[in-house]
Amino acid sequence: MVDWQFFALLLSNGVLIGLMYSLIALGFVLVYKATDAINFAQGEFVMIAGFLVAVALGAYGAPLWLAVALALAVMIAFGFGLERVMLRPLIGRPIVAVIMATIGLAAILRGFGPLMWGAETKPLPLPIPDEPIVWGPFFIPPIQLLGAGVSLLFLAIFGWFFLRSRQGIAMRAVADSQQVAMAMGVNVERYFALAWAMTGIVSALGGLIWGNLLGVDVHLALVGFKVFPVVILGGLDSIPGAIIGGLIVGIVENVAAGYIDPWVGGGTKDFAPYVLMILALMIRPYGIFGKQIIERV
Amino acid sequence: MRVKVLLSVLLALAVAAGPLAAVAPAQDKSIFIPLLVYRTGPYAPSGIPIANGASDYFNLVNERDGGVNGVKIAYEECETQYDTKQGVECYERLKSRSPVLVNPYSTGITYQLIPKAPGDKVVIHSMGYGMTASADGRWFPWVFNFPMTYWSQASAFVKYVGQQEGGVEKLKGKKIAHIYHNSPYGREANPTLEELARKYGFELTLLAVDHPGQEQGATWLQVRRINPNWIFISGWGVMNQVAVKEAASKGFPMDHVIGNWWTGTEADVVPAADGAKGYKSMTFHAPGANFKVHQDILKHVYDKGKGAARREAVGEVLYNRMAINTMLNVEAIRTAMTKYGNKPLTGEQVRWGFENLNLTEKRLEELGMKGMMRPLRVTCENHEGNGLALVQQWDGKKWTIVSDWIEPIREVVRPKLEAAAVEEAKKLSYTMRDCAKEK
Repeated sequence: MVDWQFFALLLSNGVLIGLMYSLIALGFVLVYKATDAINFAQGEFVMIAGFLVAVALGAYGAPLWLAVALALAVMIAFGFGLERVMLRPLIGRPIVAVIMATIGLAAILRGFGPLMWGAETKPLPLPIPDEPIVWGPFFIPPIQLLGAGVSLLFLAIFGWFFLRSRQGIAMRAVADSQQVAMAMGVNVERYFALAWAMTGIVSALGGLIWGNLLGVDVHLALVGFKVFPVVILGGLDSIPGAIIGGLIVGIVENVAAGYIDPWVGGGTKDFAPYVLMILALMIRPYGIFGKQIIERV
Repeated sequence: MRVKVLLSVLLALAVAAGPLAAVAPAQDKSIFIPLLVYRTGPYAPSGIPIANGASDYFNLVNERDGGVNGVKIAYEECETQYDTKQGVECYERLKSRSPVLVNPYSTGITYQLIPKAPGDKVVIHSMGYGMTASADGRWFPWVFNFPMTYWSQASAFVKYVGQQEGGVEKLKGKKIAHIYHNSPYGREANPTLEELARKYGFELTLLAVDHPGQEQGATWLQVRRINPNWIFISGWGVMNQVAVKEAASKGFPMDHVIGNWWTGTEADVVPAADGAKGYKSMTFHAPGANFKVHQDILKHVYDKGKGAARREAVGEVLYNRMAINTMLNVEAIRTAMTKYGNKPLTGEQVRWGFENLNLTEKRLEELGMKGMMRPLRVTCENHEGNGLALVQQWDGKKWTIVSDWIEPIREVVRPKLEAAAVEEAKKLSYTMRDCAKEK
C-alpha cells in the first residue's frame, strides 16, 4: 500500500468515526442549546439505550425494529421523566447544581445498567455485513457508514428543527433567556422536557450504532468522553459545530495514530484531540461555531 | 432512668464489640484471605467472573470439606474498580484482619504491594500477571506468579506459531504484529518478543493501543499495510472486543490472530458474533464446566443457595481461572499445614507452603481438576513453577483447546528474568538469599 493510500484510508476512517462522535455530541448540544445545562451523563444515556436494544434482542428475542422502537420509547420517556423529577426542581439554580446532578446521574446509571441486565458483554447484531466495502483506495466498514449516515440525517433534522420550526425557535429563545421566554408566553418547562426527550432519541441511536461496534456493557459509557473535545472545538451550542468538531477529532486521532504513534510508541491518538481542545479554549473559548456568551465550568 | 442508662451502655458495648466479634473467627479459628475485586467500574465484565470464581471455590472448600484440614477460610471482598489506588486502600484496610496472602488481580496493584509484602508478611500471588522478574524467588521471596509469566507466555506464543509454520526456523522472514494495551501490562511481552525476533529472524511490529481502546481504526489500517502473517494481541477490557471485531472486519484470517490469556474470554468474542469464529488465545487451563470440580461447586455451593454467579456462568474462562487461582492458594496452605500443623497459620508459614507446593496429577484428580490444568511444582528459586501454555479457539459458541501443552522457551526467558530480577530488586534494596540454605 503506497503512502497516499494509507493517508486516504486514515482520512476516510477519521471522517466516518468523527461523524459517529458527532452523533453522541449532538445529544449533548441539544440539551445545552435548549436548557444551558451540561449533561455529563451523555455516555451513560448511550449505554442504557444499548442495553435496552441488546436485552430486547437477546433475552426476549424481539425483532430489531421492535427493540429499536422500544429503546426510542423508553429513552424519550426517560428524558421526560428525568426533566420532571430531577431537573425541573433545579430550574433557576446555579448551573453547577445541574452539572453535579448529571454527574451523580451518570454514576447511578453506570451501576443501574449492569445491575438490571447483568454485567456481561451483550452482542447487538445488526443486519449489515461485517466485510468492509472496498471502493478505490477506500476501505469502509458498513457499520461506520451506517453510523455516519444516521449522524448526518439527524444532524440535518435537528438543524432544520432549530432553524425553521416554531418549536425550535422557541427552544432557542428559552436557551437565550428563560425569563424573557417566559414573559413571551413560552412554556419553558415543556421545552426543557422536549430537549431531554430529543437527547433520548439521539442516545438510542448512538446506543444502537456504538453498541454494535463495541458490544454492550458498562464500557459503552466511555464513548461519552469523546463528547468533550468535540463540543469544545465545535461550540457547545452549535449543531454544525458538533459535525465539524467530530470530524476534526476523528481525523486528528487517526492521522496522529497512523503517523506519530509508531515513532513515539503510542499515546498521541487520545492526547491530540485534547491538545486541540486546550488550544481552542485559549484562542476561541466558545468554539468554532459557538455563541460568544459562554459559561465555563 | 437507670434502665435507660443500662440499655444505652449495653447497646454501646454491643456496637463496639460487633466488629470485633466478626473479626475474631478470622484471627482465632480460620485463615483470612482478602479478595480485591472489581465488580463495578469499566472492567466489571471481566472482574465479576473472576470474583465469582474465588468466592465459589472458597465456599466449596468450606462447605464440602469443612475448610482446609478443618480450618475454615474466611474471606472478605473489597471493591477496587481495577484502580491501583483503591486496591492499595483495600489492602491496607483489610490488613487489620491478619491476612496470610493476597491476590491483587491487577498488575498495577501488584507493583504497589510488592514492597509491602516482606514487612507485612503477606504472600502475594499474582497468577499469570504482575512483575515477571518476581518469579526469581531468590530476590522476591514473598511474590509468586505461578503457573506462568508474561514472558513465558510470549515465548510459548512464538513456539506455537513456529509449530504452525512447520518449525521455529521457518519463522525467518515472517511478519508478526504485536498489538498491545499501551500500559506496563501491555508492554510486558515486548522485550521477549524482540529477543525472539532476533533469534528466529521474524519481523516484529509493535503497535500500541491507548486506553480504553474503543477506536482502533488507525491501528488496524497499519496492520493491513504491514500485512503480517500472525497477530498477537495483549489487551484488556473494551480493547479486546474492538480488536477482535476489527480483525474480523478487516478480513484477516482469524486463526492467525492470537490473544494473550487476558484477551481470550467470552466477553471478548461476543460482539464480533460469527466474525470471531476461529480466533485463538493463549491460556494455561481448560475452559468449560465439564470437570468434577464444577459438579461439586454446583452441588455444595449453588444447591445451597450460596453461589456467587448465575449457574450457567460457572465454567466461563475467567471463572475457571480464578477457581484455579483459589485452588492453588488452598493447596499452598495445605502444603504449609504438613509442616506447621492443621491450625490457622501465619503469613510466613503460608509462604513456606507456596514455596514447596507440589501439585501432582493424582492431587489434581482428587480435586476434580484433572485435565483442567497441569501438575505444578514451585521451588525457592523458581516462583513461576513449571507451567505450560495452551492455545484455545473460539468456535462461535465456546472455547475449545486446540493445542498440546506448550513448553515456554525457558533458555531465553529464564536468563532475561534473572537479570531483570537483579534490576528490580536493586530498586527495592533487596538482597539475594541462598536457597540452598533453606532446603
